[in-house]
Amino acid sequence: MIETVRRTLVARNLLSGILAVLLALLAGALLILALGRDPVAAYGALFSASLGSTNGLAETAIRTVPLALCGIGIALAFRAGVFNVGAEGQLFIGGISAAYVGTLLDGQPQLLALSLMAVAAAIGGALWSGIAAVLKLRFRSDELITTIMLNYIGIFFVGYLLHGPLHDPGSALAQTVRLGAEARLPVLVPGTRLHFGIVIAVAAAFIAQLYLWRTVAGFRLRATGQNPRAAENAGINVRRVIVVGFLTCGALAGLAGFTEVAGVQRRMIENLSPGYGYTAIIVALLGQTNPIGVLFAAALFAALQVGSTTMESAVGVPSSLTMIIQALVVLFLLAQNVMPRFRRKKTGATA
Amino acid sequence: MMDLLNNAVLAGFIAASVRMAIPILLAAIGGMFSEKSGVLNIGLEGMMLLGCFVGFAAAYASGSLLVGVLAAIVAGALLGLVLGVFAVTIGSNQVVVGIAINLLMVGVTGFFFRLFFGSGTSSPRITNFQPIDFGVLGQIPIIGPLLFQHDPLTYLALLIVVLAWVVMHRSTVGLAISAAGEHPEAAETLGLNVPRIRYLCLLAGGALAGLGGAFLSLSATGLFIDNMTSGRGYIALAMLILGRRYPFGILAAALLFGAADALQLRTQLLPWNIPLQFLLMLPYVLTIVVLAIAAGRTGAPAALGAPFRRHKSDGA
Repeated sequence: MIETVRRTLVARNLLSGILAVLLALLAGALLILALGRDPVAAYGALFSASLGSTNGLAETAIRTVPLALCGIGIALAFRAGVFNVGAEGQLFIGGISAAYVGTLLDGQPQLLALSLMAVAAAIGGALWSGIAAVLKLRFRSDELITTIMLNYIGIFFVGYLLHGPLHDPGSALAQTVRLGAEARLPVLVPGTRLHFGIVIAVAAAFIAQLYLWRTVAGFRLRATGQNPRAAENAGINVRRVIVVGFLTCGALAGLAGFTEVAGVQRRMIENLSPGYGYTAIIVALLGQTNPIGVLFAAALFAALQVGSTTMESAVGVPSSLTMIIQALVVLFLLAQNVMPRFRRKKTGATA
Repeated sequence: MMDLLNNAVLAGFIAASVRMAIPILLAAIGGMFSEKSGVLNIGLEGMMLLGCFVGFAAAYASGSLLVGVLAAIVAGALLGLVLGVFAVTIGSNQVVVGIAINLLMVGVTGFFFRLFFGSGTSSPRITNFQPIDFGVLGQIPIIGPLLFQHDPLTYLALLIVVLAWVVMHRSTVGLAISAAGEHPEAAETLGLNVPRIRYLCLLAGGALAGLGGAFLSLSATGLFIDNMTSGRGYIALAMLILGRRYPFGILAAALLFGAADALQLRTQLLPWNIPLQFLLMLPYVLTIVVLAIAAGRTGAPAALGAPFRRHKSDGA
């Protein structure tokens, strides 16, 4: 039903991304003005909170981690022609897997415990994403609808585990027991909450970038996304590439669940994510489905999110404004694609 | 006595099935118009959410449910127009636009809700639509709860299904819409204005999705909660495929979904010890199952999802 992502997803240069962000911020400013508040004061409060202090920077980096991991996963899936909108559910499944393994390994060496937790989270996320892959390849179900349904199912399932089998008996809240010290990601900067997850996110971005542009498998992935039929004719196993796209996205989103559990919450909780998996879709688009670009886009959105609560308390502008700005970024990216039609094309540019 | 109880349970279940089906039904009929004209409407979720909020806010401010309904319809239609600008005029990737619209509406509705109603814990309420009293008709077993125990919006929705069928299958308008979706180039040669048809279908689709969302806040509950539609716009997309993009097929699909939703709600009240979360999952699981069954020949319009350029652009 839904065509692959062959059609140009977004504009294709850095400038258009920056322009889209500036336009979205401008639209946000107009909205603040319309409320009779001061946009300069609002944005000032927002960015000084997220970028103006060591702690603010640390908090921004912390939020960058899940956004980047999910965003890179979604970007790779996009590249394979897979529209995976299921990162949110995959993150939750990854988180509960990590927490469960972490409680099993109580008292084991830190490196062993964390490695196994990360692997469990990646496998959990990949399996959850794999359900959508099977549905797509076996039943031709559109992954857009199935992955969104799986988000709800996954989050309810985690809710069941947290209320039931994995519930911390000593707590009134639906959460797992607190992880031991060896099952927590080390803090990088003393005095802040900045944890080792940021290293994982940056490494993931670079590895994904190399994979996409410097390996045969990465080439196959891109070829499949651009033109499945041509790829098939060139002897590429398209079905396998699609499965890889699903599983990679699921594994990375699951890993984001791991960093949130082992780095931030120190346990699995019911509200592990304020919609990271959904915001990451925009992050992937703004980063133009280039892993390194996605990393920067994630950092920008993290800054917006971290500063939004301060903006609300300081200027009285609801923090939901950041969600509006984030979504507007996509619309402004898409709107720029109208430009070439009014210009004379000099070269036969390809999509 | 036992019979009476069972009848009461059954009647309640049937009535609830219809209630649960209506928002999905309206959004799916709206999606049908968009898709028949060749535009994928992934933005149904956002249109529903906006209608849900605007309907509530307008009814709250004006004290009139009718004002709320009309405002929701207008808001949904406007969002259909936005989708049109991107999907029809710019020729953007329709899936991406739809997702962007949905995320935007989560932000917009959350933002204005905080602004109008503050972020206190007490949620504002309105008096919602009440069932029309048909007297003895409502007491007829099965038929009563199915047809004669509902509020005005439900009857409006059922009327819309019939109207949609007339438009799509008994009028030249329907032929024009189908032509735009199946073969836009041929439609143009026949003198039809494909972009205009698609815009009108998106306006209608947005309006109906907005109305479907308004049903949640103005009829089903009488309040607004953040992200209240919780995936119903996407479920509507699945039901529209199951119903083969045919009004009465969509009605049947929506009723099936409504029955599943009502079933899980009723089961929550029974002492069966099924964990609540598994019941809450049921509608979403059902949607996946339905999609797997309905796959294969879905009868999607040939040009669905493909932007249409009226004038041959240079080397496109």
